[in-house]
This record gives sequence, C-alpha cells and structure tokens, in this order.
Amino acid sequence: MSNRMMRLATLSVLSALLVAGATSACAASTEADYKTAYAAADAANNEAGKLRNQWTTAVKALKEAKKAAEAGDFDKAVAESKKSEMLSKAAIFQTNEQKDAWKQMEIR
Amino acid sequence: MRLTFRSAAAGLILATLTFGGAQMSHAADNPNPPADLKAFQKYFTDKFPKVKLEDFVNGPYSMDEGLYKQWKEKEEFPPYEFALDAGKELFNKPFKNGKSFADCFPNKGIGVRQNYPYFDEKQGKVVTLELAVNQCLESNGEKPFSYTKDDMASVTAYMAFTSRGKPFDIKIPNDPRALAAYENGKRYFYTRRGQLNFSCATCHVQSPGDHIRAEVLAPALGILNAMPIYRSEWGGMGTISRRFTSCNSQVRAVPLKPQDDEYRDLEYYLSYVSNGLPISGPGARP
Repeated sequence: MSNRMMRLATLSVLSALLVAGATSACAASTEADYKTAYAAADAANNEAGKLRNQWTTAVKALKEAKKAAEAGDFDKAVAESKKSEMLSKAAIFQTNEQKDAWKQMEIR
Repeated sequence: MRLTFRSAAAGLILATLTFGGAQMSHAADNPNPPADLKAFQKYFTDKFPKVKLEDFVNGPYSMDEGLYKQWKEKEEFPPYEFALDAGKELFNKPFKNGKSFADCFPNKGIGVRQNYPYFDEKQGKVVTLELAVNQCLESNGEKPFSYTKDDMASVTAYMAFTSRGKPFDIKIPNDPRALAAYENGKRYFYTRRGQLNFSCATCHVQSPGDHIRAEVLAPALGILNAMPIYRSEWGGMGTISRRFTSCNSQVRAVPLKPQDDEYRDLEYYLSYVSNGLPISGPGARP
C-alpha cells in the first residue's frame, strides 16, 4: 500500500469516526433525557434558592425548558435544562465564594 | 553575641507583628457601627470633596452640575406631588374602627421618618417605616398595602415630607440581636449576587457619579434619605422595597420578598451609616 493510499485510508476512518460521533451528538433527545436534565436543573435551582441567591436567568431557562418540552421539542428542553443547571451551579459557587470575600469590598 | 542579639531582635519584631496583626484583624472583625459610620462618610466626602455632606441626599443630582440644575427646575412642579396629596388623605382617613395612622406612631406620625428603621426588642427584629405602616393597618383590622408602590409610597411620602430636614437618627441598642441585624445588613450590602456578579456597593460605593447607560449612579451615602421616590424609569412612585427588589433584578438576581429579613437589615445598615444627613424625601429621580 502506497503512502498516499495509507493516508487516504486513515482519513476515511477518521472521517467515519467523526461522522459517527457527530451523529451520536445530534441524536434527538427523548422525554426521558429531558426529565433527567430538568430534575438536575430544578435541584440546583432549589439549592440556590435555599442560599437566597437564585439567578433570574437560571429560572428563565428552567421555564423555557418546560415550555419546549410541552411543545415536544426535547432537544431544546434538554439544552435549556442544562443551561439552567449550569447557571444555578454558578450561583451556588458565587454564594459560597462570597461568604468571606464580601469583606474585601467593605469600607473600613 | 551579635548573632544572639539579632535573633532576639528578629524574634521580638516577629512577635510584635504577629500580636499586632492579630489585634488588627480582631479589631476589623469586631462589629463597630460608630467606626463604620465614620469611615463610610469619610470615604464619600474624600471621593467627592466638592459635595457638601448634606447634599449627598440628592443622589445623582449631587454628582453632576447639569443634573443638579434639571432637578432644581423639576422641584418647582415635583412629580411626587400627587402622591403627597394622596398620602396626606390616606394618612388622615380614619380606619373602620375609628382610629387612624396617627394612633400607631410617636408624635402622631408627624416628623418621625428619621427614626426609622429601628430595632424592636419585643419583636426581636428591625422595623422599617413600611413595615410599621402595614403593622398599623393590620392591627386595626385593615388590609395591608402592597410594599412596593401606590398607597404605601403615598403614605410614606407624606410621612417623609413632614420630616424633611430632620437628620437620620438611627439607633443600635445594646442588644446582640440588633448588632447582628446591623451586621447582616452590612454583609448583604457588600455581597455580590446575580449573574452580573454585582453587590450594592459595586454601583453605589465604587461607581457613584459614573453612568450605567444613561443613568448616573447615586452614592450609597444618603441614598435612603430621599425615599420614597418618583422615578421616570418606573413612571411612578416607588418605595425602598421597590428600590431593593428592582436593584436585585437588574443584576439578574431573583429578588427576595419585600420586607424579608435581609432587606430590613440592609435598610437598617444603610440608614445608620447616613446618620446626621437630613431627610429629603419624597424625591424624584430620572
């Protein structure tokens, strides 16, 4: 097998793998996927609420997720749930980080 | 011998630094409201040496000459005038049981705004003027007002108007719960929150006089003396509760409920550090 053919074969295999990967990433989300993602986002949002620091954007994304799921768009519903969870986790991180960090801003 | 002397000196310096450092950090963590007040007011008077202490109550208007002129003109026909008239009427209107607001407040509610909020030892919490208004209504069998606007803004506007010129005189009684409430309010003021990662201090300590879009940010010093306010942005009157909740929303934090502990404590802290500055409410803001 010439070098050129070898390269082509490698490229084909790689392309096939990439396409397979992309296909699997783009696979349509199911209602079950949405339910799992939504539950995680809801839990994170509730935890931020207990810390008295929910973010409006996290709440909005959660509502968008529900709306999309009701319309049968589970891809969007999963994406919005994940976005909401990420935002609530950032809010939780912020709250914990600020427990002492607020003092740095105090006028003394 | 020289070496021993050096070691001893180094040890002494180290001990002094350690002890001194520990003392400083201890002092800094010990609540000291009078020291806070002094430092707070000094920060703003140093930052804006041309602004008289009592002028800080005029918020953004004290920061900008052009705005100050606009405000003076606006004050000839103030947009809060309707609320003042409505507030006076509501304040004097007898409840169904024949009593009125005058029966719930010291000095019949006239000229008392500067004493709110106060720490109520019986209730074990900070009582703001807005809370006191609703407690008065409920204890007389009346329906409470919405905390954010309309009737609440009108009644507190009238009460502030009768107190104009009187300096804030907020007291922190010798009660650990009062000091804890004060500290809680301070913590809330400086804590970053919301997706924009802002604290109250980000805008009103670090950036007063600067613009956020077309808005000139008000200094924290004296910020509550002008409450309630008519805001062109709101198209109407708003209370301190409205101000706090809308600030939270603007930084993309879900607001707490009006008059939740954090907001009352925040009001306690912010009012205390403005002690000595005159009540100027009701106010008007862009």
